[in-house]
Amino acid sequence: MSEQSTSRGAEHVPDVGEVQNPVTPTRETITVERAGAESPSSGGLMSGPFGRNLGLVLALLLICAAGVVTAGDRFASIDNILTVLRFASALGVVAIGMTFVITGGGIDLSVGALVALCSVWATTFATQTMATDTHWTIMVFAALAVGAGAGLVNGLVIAYGKVVPFITTLAMLAAARGLAEIISERRTQIVTVDGFKDFFGADVLGVPLLVIIFALVSLGGWVLLNRTTFGRRTLAVGGNPEAARLAGINVNRHTVMLYVLVGVCCGLAALMLISRTTTGSSTHGYMWELDAIAAVVIGGTLLTGGRGTIVGTVVGVLIFATLGNVFTLNNQDTSTQAVAKGLIIVVAVLLQQRLARNATST
Amino acid sequence: MTDSPLLTMRGIVKRFPGVLALGGVELEVRAGEVHCLLGQNGAGKSTLIKVLSASYQPDEGEILWEGEPVALTTPQASMDLGISTIYQELDLVDDLSVAENIFLGHELSRGGFSQRSETIRRTRELLARLGHSEIQPTRSVGRLSPAAQQIVSMARALSQDTRLLILDEPSAVLDQGEVDNLFRVIRDLTSEGVAIVYISHRLEEIRQIGDRITVLKDGSTVATGLAVDQTPTSELIKLMTGRSIEYVFPPRGEAVPADAEPVLDVSGLSLAGVFSDVDLQVRAGEIVGLAGLVGAGRSEIIETLYGARRATAGTVRVNGKELRRGSVPAAVKAGMGLCPEERKSQGLLLDQAVYSNITVSSMSRFSRLGLLDSRAERKRSTELTESLDVRPAGVDRLVRLLSGGNQQKVVLARWLLRECRVLLLDEPTRGVDVGARAEIYALVRSLADSGVAVVVVSSEVEEVLGLADRVLVVREGRVVHVGPSSDIDESRVLDLVMEGKVA
Repeated sequence: MSEQSTSRGAEHVPDVGEVQNPVTPTRETITVERAGAESPSSGGLMSGPFGRNLGLVLALLLICAAGVVTAGDRFASIDNILTVLRFASALGVVAIGMTFVITGGGIDLSVGALVALCSVWATTFATQTMATDTHWTIMVFAALAVGAGAGLVNGLVIAYGKVVPFITTLAMLAAARGLAEIISERRTQIVTVDGFKDFFGADVLGVPLLVIIFALVSLGGWVLLNRTTFGRRTLAVGGNPEAARLAGINVNRHTVMLYVLVGVCCGLAALMLISRTTTGSSTHGYMWELDAIAAVVIGGTLLTGGRGTIVGTVVGVLIFATLGNVFTLNNQDTSTQAVAKGLIIVVAVLLQQRLARNATST
Repeated sequence: MTDSPLLTMRGIVKRFPGVLALGGVELEVRAGEVHCLLGQNGAGKSTLIKVLSASYQPDEGEILWEGEPVALTTPQASMDLGISTIYQELDLVDDLSVAENIFLGHELSRGGFSQRSETIRRTRELLARLGHSEIQPTRSVGRLSPAAQQIVSMARALSQDTRLLILDEPSAVLDQGEVDNLFRVIRDLTSEGVAIVYISHRLEEIRQIGDRITVLKDGSTVATGLAVDQTPTSELIKLMTGRSIEYVFPPRGEAVPADAEPVLDVSGLSLAGVFSDVDLQVRAGEIVGLAGLVGAGRSEIIETLYGARRATAGTVRVNGKELRRGSVPAAVKAGMGLCPEERKSQGLLLDQAVYSNITVSSMSRFSRLGLLDSRAERKRSTELTESLDVRPAGVDRLVRLLSGGNQQKVVLARWLLRECRVLLLDEPTRGVDVGARAEIYALVRSLADSGVAVVVVSSEVEEVLGLADRVLVVREGRVVHVGPSSDIDESRVLDLVMEGKVA
């Protein structure tokens, strides 16, 4: 599960003129044998991408241990684990999309609002009537199309209007949530289409379909980021947009595609949320932008772009979901959870920076 | 006042990994004089200034201030002595007012409250002393002309008892009237005992304002303390260009027939306010060099014909096909490749592996349905890096960890892989050590021999003349000379770029 080659401590390279010191140790996966080539020295155990993910997994295990100690079998049961995963899945899909946008040097604050808008659009009386009359996939199409369309608007304004992503998507956040309220008249829309409920509510070999969707999206995201031209371009555009442009990459077009991608993820997440709650609502996905960004960032994706990890994001999502579960099982309220969440984010990022610094200074 | 010079620098050495930036610089500046620092790009002027302003610490050598050894360990220490620098790129905060900029870092305050009216009164005094009372102290700096911004920078230097003022190419942003005013200000300052270190490429200015000259070449002082009025221009040019690095250029092949169809055909290319009416034809197998000063528009010309800037007029054709304006993908598709001037910020994905930097422009070749075959990428990149002798070997290494010369080879490998027909090289050997230079020259020549049309931009005249078959000299956005490189020598090129006429 090795991620793509990454830098450690890109932020802390001193400006020493034209030439960088070429003797910094680096973790090599392939070494071409050559006379005179120095032998590769490996970095510390915790410094590579593997080490970073290992640290995250340890954190997850720590939270699980806390769950077992405080809640015992109520935590460590198959049912409970599936519940955690089912609750994590929709946010997880959004976080995968967010990983791409952030790796590509952007940010999307509108994801939560887009989930609400997609959920409402897919569950209006008109859509549901049409779905009943023809086929339930009309609802799927509606949610994905609305997500893609909103993402397209974000992307066009950012890439060609040259409005910074923070502002563009902040505006989309406000507008999309508002539009969702207008469409739904602030009412919760109950899903009546049986085909839809049956499909998304199904289990495959005892595993809820929602969890399977999350797993497939994660796998697809990993392949897309690490094994395709699209992923390579994302890293290039996020790492150095000017160099990417001069290398012949159409940076603007790629930026648009990234926001469409996260929009589609929001549409899919909306469908998953509709299925779980059997409703569409303008309050769905409230504050998900923060949860998604938090998961991406503690996962190790660089907020400035150019480095992204899907594995990290998945573990990040699971950490927050498990944490919430442990708190709930111990009858702690959501406010305490929020405080713990904040602490985890800061500690995780501080640790990452320390690891990065150690890797460059040795 | 003592008899010692205000500032003496002896044997200053500054090394960067792989590069000797300063190799023993001597400089002596007296109070009340205008001391001109002369040298080509890369001669070490900027590094020397940064040593004086304590941005860099020298590795060897000593600095005396009024005869006493001093250690310039922090920018504050340098400022405390009275050393101020006005950089080419003015370091002002656009959104703050003139007065706020002048007193930035040493704000006038009492009990923590800034003294606004006192600040403004002092600002007026300083601006009046510089002969620019028309600048409003409360106006935000971003809305001033470049010339007025420079005055603000000078006022800022004067606000803190400057005794040595370093001016880095101050006239670059000014028109003739403004230059005259700058000189008046400089004379006022020197009559008050302030020493000026004046850096400029324009020899006629140095004649007008300078007292003595120090010439730098390849990081060393080649002459110091020359009296301006007793040193002829030809002598100065000889000092600046006198060869101390032996450049090794590959032999030229057979001349390309003059009637061959050009691969790259540029006509009437203009970018409003930067350059105009550039014609350029390059045939397969030919290397054309662009010589000129920094700011003459050389880099802009090749960036524009590459589509990285949108031309305001003119056409670019590759193999007879006209390119869409302002589109890099169109240029790359037509077979162009650019090795940009700022390798790190424009050329490379520093935090990516060597192989993905090489394949970034040819990804379609390694992908099927969007899926990359990274084994094939690594294999092909390894072949290329081996043939270019990139060290250390290993295509999974991050590009950040390579030296300048090896990074440049990675960028070249990118376009080799792409098999481009037109290769544009902007400062291909900047920050590259002597050995790697020769390799890069040989590589460029062998590319040309294999039928690539090459355009080379360089501030180093020797490089342009040694490498190119034909030379275009650019001055202030216009092509002032075109001809075979064998018909022109270095001092004539320098005359052209500095004074616009052949002496």
